[in-house]
Amino acid sequence: MTETRLQKPSSTEAGAVKELVKLESVRKYFPIQSGFLAVLLSKGHVPAVKAVDDISFSIKKGEVFGLAGESGSGKSTVGRLVLRLLEPTSGHVYFDDIDIASLPAEEMRRLRSRMQFVFQDPLASLNPRMTIGQAIQHPVSIHMRELSQTEQKSRVTDILEAVGMNPPQAFYDLFPHQISGGQRQRIVLARAIVTNPELIVADEPIAMADVSVRALLLDLMMKLKEEFNLTYLFITHDLATAKYVCDRIAIMYLGKMCEIGPLNEVYRHPAHPYTRALLEAVPVPDPLYRRTEQMPAGEIPSAINPPSGCHFHPRCPVAIKQCQEIDPEFVDLGNGHKAACLLLK
Amino acid sequence: MSAETLFSIRNLTVEYQTRAGAVKAADDVNFDIRRGEILGLVGESGCGKSTLGKALMRLHRIPARIAGGELWFDGRDLMTLSENEMRAVRGAEIGMVFQDPMTSLNPVQRIIDHLTETVHAHEPKTSDEEARARANVLAEKLGIRAERLKDYPHQMSGGMRQRVMISLALALRAKLVIADEPTTSLDVIVEAKFLDLLRELRQEFGLTILIITHNIGVVAEVADRVAVMYAARLVEIGGVKEIFADPKHPYTQGLLHSVPNIQLDGAELYKMEGIPPNLLYPPSGCRFHPRCPFAMEICGVEEPTFEAVGNDHFAECWLYHQASQVEVEK
Repeated sequence: MTETRLQKPSSTEAGAVKELVKLESVRKYFPIQSGFLAVLLSKGHVPAVKAVDDISFSIKKGEVFGLAGESGSGKSTVGRLVLRLLEPTSGHVYFDDIDIASLPAEEMRRLRSRMQFVFQDPLASLNPRMTIGQAIQHPVSIHMRELSQTEQKSRVTDILEAVGMNPPQAFYDLFPHQISGGQRQRIVLARAIVTNPELIVADEPIAMADVSVRALLLDLMMKLKEEFNLTYLFITHDLATAKYVCDRIAIMYLGKMCEIGPLNEVYRHPAHPYTRALLEAVPVPDPLYRRTEQMPAGEIPSAINPPSGCHFHPRCPVAIKQCQEIDPEFVDLGNGHKAACLLLK
Repeated sequence: MSAETLFSIRNLTVEYQTRAGAVKAADDVNFDIRRGEILGLVGESGCGKSTLGKALMRLHRIPARIAGGELWFDGRDLMTLSENEMRAVRGAEIGMVFQDPMTSLNPVQRIIDHLTETVHAHEPKTSDEEARARANVLAEKLGIRAERLKDYPHQMSGGMRQRVMISLALALRAKLVIADEPTTSLDVIVEAKFLDLLRELRQEFGLTILIITHNIGVVAEVADRVAVMYAARLVEIGGVKEIFADPKHPYTQGLLHSVPNIQLDGAELYKMEGIPPNLLYPPSGCRFHPRCPFAMEICGVEEPTFEAVGNDHFAECWLYHQASQVEVEK
């Protein structure tokens, strides 16, 4: 059996490492469409889904930053804001110290060659009428115009080889439907890295893949990271997978971040009751293991009218009276580990 | 058939008719479901596990058809029943919970009406009050508040809807519930609570549950026994503790070792080579042999048969044929 360790990069020591991405008090509200009369009666107050509500964090160059939470927590919206696929309602998003929200469209387009997105569903991400070679060459022909046709083509075959599609010539002229799901995700990765980006935002990149090919894909992502000096924003609902790849992690709940820190710190000493519940709820592939922590009541509420105070208080097993009123601030627990819970004071 | 067996599946083969020919989604599958147990059926997408689950209730639809086999449920062969007789079995004796409850519930019917209608359909003599009373008792047991019974499906959360699905199966006191990926559309915390509920229901109602899933963690959490499917074949079956501690089939070994475990530190993930085969052209011999690290010459030539590899533990792999032969020679 070819058992190799999933490589974890060691470049996580803080200090001199440059921040590649920085979010400052970013908010994204999606207004809710309502009728003319309703708008009139509400006197200009338009209800909105607070998908992302005052989020700040930064991603250092070369690290794998995990963003985890349940569906509806706003984690995918953050991913889109980082690439400016969505405009923030307020706050700033910096990429390499450039405030990307204020960039003119043309400059933004040029900057985009340095950042790429990998979505969950590779079949939906690939044009069914484009061959694999065309799909990967497309970004090259846009962002690397200085290359000749032959150079472009050889770049494509190099990248195909790098993602383990060997021999590349055999795949070049195939269409997405002719290859397997795991191979498709490799193609999506190849297309993402072909322009030498610095940042990859990967939104549930392995969730659609077969269980037996997931480990290979994760391994490939980590190899590519080393080979191409990538930085990852890894968005996932699966905390077990995050454990194998992330250096730092942030946990989101209902548009807010409730905990952030180095992965080992957060997993060994989760400070927020939600983080504890989330970690405890992950099914463990060991029949001898039994959960001990009490699971929170109910399900994630609507982000249109989030609960007052700490958003988690109605479900929190250890909530106190003040949790209903006070929106908790981050408490520094050392080593860059922070959590927003009143009980930590 | 031993007394404790509730459902005995014998030589079940399910085919899909396609233009390119017949594709076997379940190929000569044999296993028993025992009364009161939770049996986990695991496999990757496309291995035939959902087709198998549907075929057990004869719920498969064209182009699928049962090409052969016997389905001995509680003393009779379901294959010999007429469609009308089968309809009486479905729901009343075997309930089903699907992955997406939203598509299983009627969007314009209140939850309470789902429950009473189900009762009336199978037990026409039950009075309205009695059906409603039964629904209320059930709802309480499943953690659905009485006032929520007046809700429509869209007003409920995913976890609640899945509870409603289970309550529909329990309303008729089904002996067996087949749950196909019941937690896949749920968030982890809701999933954890739903799995707890399944275990409680088994205790309280003596329910037998077949849970079909790709999630190894879910199986480890709730199942008593595990059946592993690969490319339409059942390749291993046995007690959950034994299989997780000592998986015999190389596919099971690879599958279990490729799943991230949040409780382990610095563990290695096994990376299985290759991809599951196209069932139109399954590999010759053992279907796993092109991906198998232990493949021998015979594996590509002849199909292995099910062999005992431990206490109440069976696997379909040539490695253990040899082992048993060696033992005989001794």
